[in-house]
This record gives sequence, structure tokens and C-alpha cells, in this order.
Amino acid sequence: MSTTTAPTSTESHLTQAEVEELAHPKRSPKYLIGTIGSYVGMAFIVLYCIIPFYWMVVSSFRDPSEGRSTEFIPSPASIENFKAVFSAQNNFGRSLINSLIVALTTTILTLLFGIIAAYALARLRFNGKGLVLWLIMACSMFPLIILIPPLLKMFSSTAPFTWFPYWVNTYQAVILPSLSFGLPLAVWNLTAFFKQLPNELEQAAMVDGCTPGVAFRKVILPLAAPGVFTTAIIVFIGAWNEFLVALTFLQDKNMQTATVAISKFTGATGFDVPYGTIMAAGVLVTVPLLIAVLLFQRRIVAGLTAGGVK
Amino acid sequence: MATATAEARNVPAVTDGHKHKKNALSDGQGRLAWLLLAPTLLVILVVAGIPVLMSIRESFFQTNAGVDPNTGLIQGGESFVGLDNFTNIFAGNNPVQGTWGSMDRFWNDFLNTTMITIVCVLLETVLGVIMALIMAKAFTGRGVVRAGILVPWAIPTIVSALMWKLIFDSSGVMNRILGQEIQWLADTGWSFWAIVIADVWKTAPFIGLLTLAGLQTIPAEVYEAAKVDGASTWQQFVRITLPMVRPTLVVAVLFRTLDTLRMFDLPYGMIGPGKYRVETLSIFAYQEATQTRYGPAAAYAIILFVYVLLVAFFFVRLLGADVIGDSAPPKTKKKKRGKDDQAKTAEVPALETMGGAH
Repeated sequence: MSTTTAPTSTESHLTQAEVEELAHPKRSPKYLIGTIGSYVGMAFIVLYCIIPFYWMVVSSFRDPSEGRSTEFIPSPASIENFKAVFSAQNNFGRSLINSLIVALTTTILTLLFGIIAAYALARLRFNGKGLVLWLIMACSMFPLIILIPPLLKMFSSTAPFTWFPYWVNTYQAVILPSLSFGLPLAVWNLTAFFKQLPNELEQAAMVDGCTPGVAFRKVILPLAAPGVFTTAIIVFIGAWNEFLVALTFLQDKNMQTATVAISKFTGATGFDVPYGTIMAAGVLVTVPLLIAVLLFQRRIVAGLTAGGVK
Repeated sequence: MATATAEARNVPAVTDGHKHKKNALSDGQGRLAWLLLAPTLLVILVVAGIPVLMSIRESFFQTNAGVDPNTGLIQGGESFVGLDNFTNIFAGNNPVQGTWGSMDRFWNDFLNTTMITIVCVLLETVLGVIMALIMAKAFTGRGVVRAGILVPWAIPTIVSALMWKLIFDSSGVMNRILGQEIQWLADTGWSFWAIVIADVWKTAPFIGLLTLAGLQTIPAEVYEAAKVDGASTWQQFVRITLPMVRPTLVVAVLFRTLDTLRMFDLPYGMIGPGKYRVETLSIFAYQEATQTRYGPAAAYAIILFVYVLLVAFFFVRLLGADVIGDSAPPKTKKKKRGKDDQAKTAEVPALETMGGAH
């Protein structure tokens, strides 16, 4: 090692010690404190976010006989709670399927309408664009509860809506109100995403003889795929987590979505809150979302780096 | 010869390009745009516009109850009652015992909603900004932190409500750590703080994520110049960071405020319905609606809606929240250069907050 470094030091008239020092610059104490501080801070943030969730996971793996034990590690770990979640009494598998149907349908409808609307808002010039943007924004601002009284009356065929089909305990009763927050969200997200794509892409396609429609389908849409995917995930999570509308309109146990089912779990005795089962169900509902969120992060990064003009 | 062909090819290409550009960017785009927007506008009209109008109509009616004195039959249907559903909130017919002493249930819930919003949003903003500053300083491991931050956001609110219910149980882990026996869930003054803690946990990280996006748009040269001029760290934070991150932060705080004003899942799942110390207007309206008192329910929902609108108006007009980004007609005075660019980075995540909290 010394043989290889020696010539360098003589040529660049630096002593060995100076080279060493340059290779490992001295860090001021202030810098060190800053670095340590930022790592401590980051550890604090991660712990802040994870610890309550950890408690949910730990509690789900406790043996039901341990009740509300406050031990930090379950001993012995047991999957009894997860078995209880799918017992005939709770019928949680059905609820998961219901949630999936509602959330997927909402997402697909939202994307179908949202993509073309967002394209118009991002690319086309027309009078009244500001008005449309404000309308969509206002639509996502209003409290969801305002939909509940009239829709409950309507969907339960109460007078004067006796002509209306009885929609309580149907999927559409939840999907339609979910569009009221899903659609503005999707339009907004996608508009921002389409705006990021350079105009030159379509212009080049049109110079090559594409109609605007074809240019959109063959050039813009494939490039916007990461943005569409991201939007889909966000809308899906919103619809999957929705509680108020589902609680109001899905009263039949076989129609309940997962969030409603969890809130209505009852214990064997009827008085004791079955925390273990609830936590197990909570873990089951959350873990797919967490996996999706991690995937969605990677997609975003990939979309940003790969979506440029060639 | 070579130059001639080049010219011959260039000239029409340029005019052609111009023609295309003109066609593509202005001619007949209005009609196409409205055609593309039509399905979305129609859906919004059906799922939001019409129900809101129906709610307004509903608020002037009351469901008939009891026995008709003339016929002796149980009454059905509804009757027009004018503004009764609105004026009844001043009549004090329904006094309850809450945090604010004995008062009408509506005003009790109104005060609860307002106080929960003020306390939660304040704490969330302070914590969120601190988190963003920490993340902005970090060199490595930002990805891990970002993944961790999305955990509270991704958990359904009702699940997090039940999770905190277990933590705050009278024989739960929170009391064990504190060495106390606080009745967090029994509709006491502590219930309010249990709600605040659970809500701040879920949303502060996301404010942090939005603020971080705003922080990253501040050029490093500004800080270098400030350092050369001898500004202290605190001065840099107050004079540079805060003003420059303000547009992002105002939008984030606006959406958090609107979201907290309509809070339902958390108190409902954690403390339960009919607990007057934490009952919000949304819970009250929900309870009225499910007990077929559609008229009062609609009236309370509309008052909440107007309240939300006023708060949004306050944010947009007085604090200059740029919710629309650069496409909006210039309604508010542009106070700072570069405001639009920053608002643009804020607009997408701002809505994500909204979707995530439902």
C-alpha cells in the first residue's frame, strides 16, 4: 500500500499526513451534532409512526386468553385471533370481498371519467376552465355527511321516494357516494400529472400524422401510466377506508365492507370488546394497503425518472 | 442545390408546424373539452349536486310522528316546517351535559367540532413542520422515513380508532406507561385528548410530507446568501424557510382543517356515539338521520357545510391559499414571486390528504 501511495505524495508535493487528512476531513463538532441530531430525529419520526401500529400487530398475535395484556411481546405468540376473524360468527372473508368489490368499482369508474376530464383540463384551452376547477375543488371540500340524510331517505324508499328502488344493502348505494370524493381526487391528481408531460410529445405525434385522439392513446397514456397507477392506488385506499357511507347503507352482515364489519365485531360473551380479534382484522385490512403504498412509492420514483422525452 | 432543398423542406415544415400548433391549441378545442368533461360533470351533478340540493329541501321538512289527532291513525310522510329545523337550535330543547356545561346538543357539538379542529390542526402543523425540517436535513435513510410516515396515513381511520381504543383502555398500555388509571374512553375530559392524540398521530406525518415537498423547492443559494450575511439559524428559519414554505403549508393546513371539521370515524369508533364530550356535528347529524329525523339531520349538515365554506373562504381570501394553482383566475393578489410554482407542488398532495382521511 505504501509503495503505491508514496509516488503520488512526492509528485503532488503533499506529505503523507496531509493526504491522510484530506482523505478524512476533520468534521467540526457542530456538524457532528447536526448529523447525530438528524438521525435521532429521524429515528423519532419512524418510532412515532410505527409504535402504535406495532401495538396493534402485537395485540393481534396474543392468545385470546391473555385478554388486554400489556406485555410488549406476546408469549406465546398465537394465531387464534386470526382464526376467530374468519369464524362463522364474524364472517370477515365476505366483508373483505365486499370491500374489494366496492373499492375496485369506485377506482375503475373514477379513472374512466377522470382520465379524459383531466386530459381536457391539462391540455385544452377553453373558456370556463377556472370555473370547472373550482367546482371540482368545492366538490371535494364539502362534508360527506350532507349526502347522508337525503340519500338514506331515497335509498330506503321512504316517502316521498316510494318510487325509488330499495337500495339499502346494495353495492351501488356505497359506490355512488364514494365517487363524490374519488372523482375530484382523481381529476386533480391526473391533471397535475398530465401537465408534467411536455406538450412537444403530442405535437410530434401530430406532425407525424396522428389525430389528437390517437396521440393521446398511443403517446400520452402509456407515458402517464405511472401517474394513472398512482392515482388508482390513492383512490382505492380512499374507497377501501371509507366508513361513514358504508356504515349508513350496509346494514346486512353479508353486505358489510371490512371497515364496518370491524367496528361491529362482538365478543363471545357480548359485553367484552374482542380486542384481539379486532386487532387481527385491523392488521389484515391494513397490511395489503401498506404493501401497495410501498409499491406505489417505487412507481412514483420510476415514473419521474423514466417519463422524459427521448 | 443542397441548400435549396433544405430551404424548400424547411419552409413548408415551419408553416405546417404552425398550422398544426394553431389547430391543436386553439381551434375547436372548447367543444372537445366540454365533451371530455361532460361525463365527470354529469357524475358530480348526480352524486354531489343533486343530493346537496335535496338536503337543502329536506332541511325545511320534518318527518311526521305520533298519531294524527283527527283520524287516530299513525301519521306518515312529512310536512313543511319552514325554518323550524334551523331556529330550533336556538330554542335549547335538547340540553346535554358536555365539556362546556349544560347546553343545547347542537351547540355542544359545534363547540366540540371547533375545539377539536383548532387543537388538532395546531399540533399537527407544528409537529409536521418539525418532521419536515428533520427530513430535509437528512442525507440518507429518507426512504425509510418516508415509508414509515405512510403507515399512519394508510391505516383506515376506523381501524386506527379501534387501535387507540385498545391503547387508551383503562387497563391498557397508555395507563401502564403513565402509571395512572385515567378513564380515557368514559366520556371524560380525557376523552377529548385521546381523540386529539389519535388524530395528530395519523395526520401530522402527512403534513410533514407535504411541507417537505415545499421545503425542497427553496433554492440552496438563498440560505448561502443568508449565511454570508451572518443570519443565525433561527433567523434563517423565520425569515426564509417559513415565508417560502408558507404557500404549501397554508394549503395543507386548509385541507386538514376542512377534514377535521367533518370528523366522524375517530370519535365514533374510539369513544362511541352519544358521548357528548367528543360528539362532533357529523356524528350528531348521522344519529338524527338514522333515527329518521331527516329534516334536523339535513339542517345540521347544511350548517356544517356553510361553516366549512366560511373557513375555506377565510383561508383563500385572507391567508391567500392558492388551492387551484396556476390555472385559477387571479383572484387574490400575488404577494410573492414563485408563489404559483410552489402552490403547484402542493396541490396534488393536498388532495391526497383529503382522500386519505375519509
